[in-house]
Amino acid sequence: MTDAKQTKTVKTIKINADLCNGCRACEVVCSAFHAEPKYSSNNPARSRVRVIRDPLRDLYVPVYAGEPAGAECAGRDKYIIDGKEYDECAFCRAACPSRDLFKEPDSGLPLRCDMCEGEDEPLCVKWCITDALTLEEREEEAEEQEEPEELEFGLESLANKFGWEKMQDALARMAQRE
Amino acid sequence: MRYAETGYNLEVDLSRGNIERVASDPRETELYLGGLGTNAKILWDRVPPEVEPFSPDNLLIFAAGLLCGTPATGCNRTIVSTISPQTELMAFSMMGGFWAPELKYAGYDKVILSGKSPELVYLWIYNDTVEIRDASHLQGKGAVETAELIQKELNEPKAQVSAIGLAGENRVLYASIEQGRSSASRGGIGAVMGDKRVKAVAVRGTRDINVAKPLEYMEQCTEVLEFIKWREDNPIPGVIPILAVLGSPQEMAIHDEQWHTENFMWGNARERRKGFWNEDIESRWTETMENVRTRLISCYNCPLKCGATINVPGLNTYMMKCFSKLTYTMAAYADLDFGFRIAQRATEYGLDAYSTPQVMAFALELYENGILTDDDLPGLPEDNEDRFFWLLDRIVLREGIGDVLAKGTYWAAKEIGKGADEYAHNTIKKIEQLPLKLSMLNPIYFLMYCTGEKINITQIEGQFPQAPFPKPEHREKFVKDWFQVPDDRFKQYFLDWEPRGEYSNPYYPTPEMCCDIVDWQEKMHYIDDALGMCAGLSSFHLKPPYHIHNFPKFIEYGAGIPMDEATLSKAAKRYRTLVRAVNIRRGMRRKDERPPEDHWKKRFPELEKELLDTYYQYKGWNDQGIPTCDTLRDLSLDYVAEDFLQRGVLTDTEEAPGRETGQETDADEG
Repeated sequence: MTDAKQTKTVKTIKINADLCNGCRACEVVCSAFHAEPKYSSNNPARSRVRVIRDPLRDLYVPVYAGEPAGAECAGRDKYIIDGKEYDECAFCRAACPSRDLFKEPDSGLPLRCDMCEGEDEPLCVKWCITDALTLEEREEEAEEQEEPEELEFGLESLANKFGWEKMQDALARMAQRE
Repeated sequence: MRYAETGYNLEVDLSRGNIERVASDPRETELYLGGLGTNAKILWDRVPPEVEPFSPDNLLIFAAGLLCGTPATGCNRTIVSTISPQTELMAFSMMGGFWAPELKYAGYDKVILSGKSPELVYLWIYNDTVEIRDASHLQGKGAVETAELIQKELNEPKAQVSAIGLAGENRVLYASIEQGRSSASRGGIGAVMGDKRVKAVAVRGTRDINVAKPLEYMEQCTEVLEFIKWREDNPIPGVIPILAVLGSPQEMAIHDEQWHTENFMWGNARERRKGFWNEDIESRWTETMENVRTRLISCYNCPLKCGATINVPGLNTYMMKCFSKLTYTMAAYADLDFGFRIAQRATEYGLDAYSTPQVMAFALELYENGILTDDDLPGLPEDNEDRFFWLLDRIVLREGIGDVLAKGTYWAAKEIGKGADEYAHNTIKKIEQLPLKLSMLNPIYFLMYCTGEKINITQIEGQFPQAPFPKPEHREKFVKDWFQVPDDRFKQYFLDWEPRGEYSNPYYPTPEMCCDIVDWQEKMHYIDDALGMCAGLSSFHLKPPYHIHNFPKFIEYGAGIPMDEATLSKAAKRYRTLVRAVNIRRGMRRKDERPPEDHWKKRFPELEKELLDTYYQYKGWNDQGIPTCDTLRDLSLDYVAEDFLQRGVLTDTEEAPGRETGQETDADEG
């Protein structure tokens, strides 16, 4: 591969907490979309976006589930913005042992926002007609880096487990059946 | 599998401290839907008419509507049902907010409280874990304060809390149940909660609610959301601000209060102040509102911002919605600023914002007229606004005259005597009404005031314009995209309705047409109350996103119950009739069904009799307003018919002949 400059599309959900009315429609539609089968059930506890809300203190922060963290942070942060004190971890996207946010309620497995793969826009954005959540897309120049893809990660771990030969045999058999 | 509903109720016997999770019968859901419908069935079955409101045998039912917890926008109502201490009839006040969906996610459709706790307690529901917990440390705490303290001590900021304040604890007959930005206020259900010694019900749930046909259901939900968006951008022209846009209604967002301040009565529902609204007041009130309003806020899963966080300097923050913005201000002839200050205290106390200001204005009117004297009001301040704060405290603490006023204007007047009932002039079925006093009898409203069993006009009106449009071209334009009507004949009723002349109030719409219109309006409210839908997106509004044509699909795709318009209409009629049956069994009759004498200046006794006769017949009720045996049996309410016959409420000869419903009538009556 060369080091040629390439462009990539960066999708950003812009969160305007000032416009949030605290209704949690984002949580509702997120949990419905990610249900199996799609839309078959509803449960905000499974949502990959949660509104941290404390109406009497006028705190409204929609937060998205990002990479899970294996351990709690050694130090935690409290923010004070415009005189309003935000709880430690309020802005954090990670599922982590210190809180119940962004974990499947049954299994405890971490959840992660996937921007509603396959949809024109994330459904939380579509359902937020108060425009607290909007989608922005921009092209960004980026150094093309040869990043191992998800598939490769998966194959590598299978190979580690079963050995290369066994895996090659299995792949060949599967290819014949196709 | 049960869809939309969980299929379980939580039965809590407070006397014995027993908690049970009980499966409900899916056939009951088919017959009565859920929410109000199944609440009415439980009250009919389990609370006989001898049971007093403050008896351990009275039930207090918190129900989530059938579709709460699904993605249907605005479907978040908790329907609280009990026997009201104020009317001694069935109360079914509702609240929005976040409580009902949370209850569903915890795995229950209803919480049914029976008995009476020996000590003040609160209930904590977290999925399968349900506890009755000591609340002695919460005694006397405000309703908003209580919710916060409970969330803190449970370390559960996501718990949703319904709580009473001191008014409920002290059984003020118009005490409310408060829940965040919402409240279930009418009929004194907070007093029943206090009588049961339950300070709060806190709930948190992390379970799934399933829908029967996911893709089809979501399509309906998306369509509704898109319509809401369109409706936001396209307000209805030619009607007052709160009716032009959706919402429950949007009193926190709207500054133009000319209509309320000049058409509603001030003081003890006495004086109409025409010309009150001017630029100076508008700018001052706008400034007041904007200074105290931190943010416009919503209920669960709804983009409409009908509520607001209110922060009056020096007072604790609280949340407000709807017309409580003006009730205190107008009762006291005060400024909006006073309204926000006193509403803060009243919200913490947990009081109905319609009844409370009227009771206080009533007391002061009695004082001004010498019926109450200085001896009755020792320590009454000189300043008018101070007097309202003073009375509010006396009522909630039930001190002196406050103990009498805590019963509401109807009962207080009886107890005070000396002609006090002349001043308790604004009640229907013993409940204080909106302070409206108008000129010409409106036949549609006459019927709604008489027969509405939720006993608040806003809980029966909607769908059909409140007044005729002056110009035919405006009417033509209005009906053009009016697809929510059950039938095109409703468009014709409206097209022909004139502000004056032959086709105007009170003789047009004709009694037959009025029946048709009232029945439609009422039906939509009853459907909302079973499904848990907000009236602000549905029954209360002109051209709402939810209507008789899409509700059957929501029920079928959501709850998996085969449904069409006729089946839904019949189900709504069934539990509507059951509500009436509960009340009839408790003694309600035709004599109770009348608006305040001074509601309209121009009254028409013969026409009014004809209207009520015609409506009773239309509904299949006899001339006492009692559903006939034929009507009851046709609705599969045979058990009610048997009960009525056994009690002698109905005899074979008392039955009035039934009549085809929905029959079209000629529009040429003058």
